[in-house]
Amino acid sequence: MGLAYNFDWGVLWRQPYGTWLLQGIWLTLKIGFLGWIIALFTGIVIGTLRVTPWRWLRFLAAAYTEVFRNIPFLVQLFFWYYAGPMIFGQYLGRQINQITGLNFYVAIFALGLYTASRVAEHMRAGFASIGRDQYQAVLSTGMTHAQMYRHVIIPYALRIIIPPLTTEFLTIFKNSSIAMTIGVAEITFMSYRIDADTFHGLEATTGAMAIYLLLGLTVVKLMNMLEARFKIPGLIGR
Amino acid sequence: MIEINGVSKWFGDFQVLTDINEIIHKGQTVVICGPSGSGKSTLLRCVNGLEPYQKGEILVDGSSLSDPKTNLYQLRRKIGMVFQRFELYPHMTVLRNICLAPLKVLKKSRREAEQKAMELLVRVGIPEKAQEYPANLSGGQQQRVAIARSLAMEPDYMMFDEPTSALDPEMINEVLEVMIDLAKEGMTMLVVTHEMGFAREVADEIIFMDEGRIIERGTGQEFFANPKSERTKRFLSQILA
Amino acid sequence: MFDVVARNINFLMGGFLVTLKLTAFALGGGIILGMLVGLGRISRNAWVYQPVTLYVNFIRNVPLILVIFWFYFVMPIIAGRPLNPFLSAVISFIIFEATYFGEIFRAGYQSISRDLINAAYSTGLTYGQTARFILVPIAFRRMLPSMITQSIVTFQDTSLAFVIGLQEFVRRTSIVDNLEVRSIQLFGFVAVVFFIFCFIGSKISRHFEEKGRRANIL
Repeated sequence: MGLAYNFDWGVLWRQPYGTWLLQGIWLTLKIGFLGWIIALFTGIVIGTLRVTPWRWLRFLAAAYTEVFRNIPFLVQLFFWYYAGPMIFGQYLGRQINQITGLNFYVAIFALGLYTASRVAEHMRAGFASIGRDQYQAVLSTGMTHAQMYRHVIIPYALRIIIPPLTTEFLTIFKNSSIAMTIGVAEITFMSYRIDADTFHGLEATTGAMAIYLLLGLTVVKLMNMLEARFKIPGLIGR
Repeated sequence: MIEINGVSKWFGDFQVLTDINEIIHKGQTVVICGPSGSGKSTLLRCVNGLEPYQKGEILVDGSSLSDPKTNLYQLRRKIGMVFQRFELYPHMTVLRNICLAPLKVLKKSRREAEQKAMELLVRVGIPEKAQEYPANLSGGQQQRVAIARSLAMEPDYMMFDEPTSALDPEMINEVLEVMIDLAKEGMTMLVVTHEMGFAREVADEIIFMDEGRIIERGTGQEFFANPKSERTKRFLSQILA
Repeated sequence: MFDVVARNINFLMGGFLVTLKLTAFALGGGIILGMLVGLGRISRNAWVYQPVTLYVNFIRNVPLILVIFWFYFVMPIIAGRPLNPFLSAVISFIIFEATYFGEIFRAGYQSISRDLINAAYSTGLTYGQTARFILVPIAFRRMLPSMITQSIVTFQDTSLAFVIGLQEFVRRTSIVDNLEVRSIQLFGFVAVVFFIFCFIGSKISRHFEEKGRRANIL
C-alpha cells in the first residue's frame, strides 16, 4: 500500500513529550475528581428537591435539569468562560479574566454543574425504585421529611444507583477532554500539542486513547470495590 | 418420513434428551405428552433444526440434520411449526404475516400469495380478520392465523408445541377443530399437547415422555386403556382427573 | 441589546445549517451502522461477536473529541491527501455514534422472544430475511424513544467538530465573539437555540414513549 508516513511512537515518552503527557494526566485527574465532587453534592441536592412536596422547589429542580441537559457541554463551557465574567459587569469582569488558571476553575465549575443534572436524574430514579411503603414506615416513626431523606432515603438511593453513577464518573473524565478548547492542558490538549510540535498526531492521539482506556478500567474497578463494600444484602438487581 | 434414531441432547452438563427413537410415517398423527421439563418441546425443535443434538441422528425424507451439507433453510419449508404463544409478527397485518414467507422464500407473486392466504384464512374460519393486527385478535384467532401462516408454505409435516396451553378454555376448541380437520385430511403431524380428547380422536400413536426419555408408546386405544408403566399411569390419572 | 445577534444572523445561521447537515449525515450513517453493530453484539458466532464487542467497548471509553482528532490525523495518511473537515467529522461521528445506536438496537433485539424468531425460521426464512423483516423493524419501533434521545445527544455532540475547524454553529459564534466581544448575547443565543431544539426533541421522545406504553402492542 505504501503509506507515505513514518510512524514515530517515541513521541509518547521522549522528553519533553512524556512529561507533557504526564502533566496532562495529572490535570485530567484533578478536573475529573474535583468536578465529580461538585457534581455529586449539587446532584444530590437537585435530585432531592425534585421529589419534595413543594411544587416550586420541584419546578426549579426540573428546570435546572432541563436547561443543563439540553445544551451541549461545549456551549455551556464557552458560556461560563467567555460570558461568565461579563455577568459581573465590565470592571469586575476584567478583574476575573486576569486570574491565572481561570480556565481550570471554570472547567471544574462547568463540568460539575453539567454532570450534576445527570446525577440528579439518577437520584430521581433511585428514589422512585424505593417502594412507597419504605417512606411511610420511616415517617410513621415520627421523623420529619428532612430527617427521613438525610438519614434513610438518600443513603439508600445512593447505593442503588452506584452502577449508573459509575457510568457518570467515567463520562466526567471523557468530558474533561472538552476543556482543552479553553486551553486547559489536559491529556487531549497535550496530544494535540505534541502533534503541533512533531506532526505525529496519529501516535499521540492513539496513545491518549490508550490512557483514557486505562483510566476507564481503573474507575470501573474502583467503583466495583465501592459497590461490594456498600452492598445491601438481599437486594435484587445485582 | 421422519426418523429419529438414538438421539441424545445436552444443555451444557444437563442431559435433556436420552436415546430417543421414533419413526413418523406420512399421514400419521403422533401425539407427545408428559410433564413439563420432559424434553418434549426440545425434541420438536431438534426435528426442524432449530436446536442441535449431540448424539444420534434425525432424518427427514432421507436427509440427515447433522449432515453439514443439508440445507436447513430448505428443510424448514417442509416442516411447519406452531408455537404455544402464537408468535405472530406484531408489526404486520394478519395477511402479511401469512404471506411473508411465500413471498420471500417461495418467490410467489403478490397476487398468488394473497389468494392462497385468503383461502387459508377461510379454512381456519376468520377471513374477515385479514387486515387486522395481531393485537386486535383473541388468542384462539391468533393461533388459527399461526396455523394458516405455517400452512402457507405447503409443508409436508406440521409440528405443534402445546398449541392450546396459552388459551382461555372457551377458545381451545376452535383451534383443536382446525387441527382435527388437518389430521383427517392426511397431514403428517407431530403434536405436543395435554389435550387427551384430541389425542383420543385422531392420534395414530401416543408417546409419553418423562425426564428426556420415551417411557411408553402405544396406539390411541391401548395407551389410555392399558398404560403399562407406573409413571404413565400416574400422569394419566392427573391429566384425566 | 441583542443587535449583535441580529447583525450577524446570516453568518450564524449558516453555521447552524452546517450543524444540521452534519447531524443528518451522522444520524443516517450511525443508525444504519448501529443496526448492524447490534446484530453483531447478539451474534452466536465468536468471529463476529468478539471484534464487534471490542470495537464498541473501545469507542465508548474514549472521548469523542479525541476520536474526532484521531480520524482527522488518520484519514490523510490513508487517503494520501488532506481531507476536508466536514468529511472527516462525518466519518468520526458515524463510527462513534454507531456504538451507542448499536447498544440501543441490541436491547431492542434482545427484547424479542426467542420463539418469535423460531417462528420466522420455521417458515423457511433465512437469517438475513428474519433480521430484515422481523428483528430490525420490531426493535426500531420499540426503541424509538431511546433513538430520539440519542439523536438529540448526537445533535449536541456535533458542536465538538469545532476543534478541527469546521464552520459549524458554535465556531461561527466564537468567530463573531472574537470580533465583537458580546459574549453573553452570543453564547446565550447559541444556548437558547440548542435548548429549544433539544427540549422539543425530548418532548417528542416522551410522546412516543407514552404512546408505546399505552398501546403495548409491540
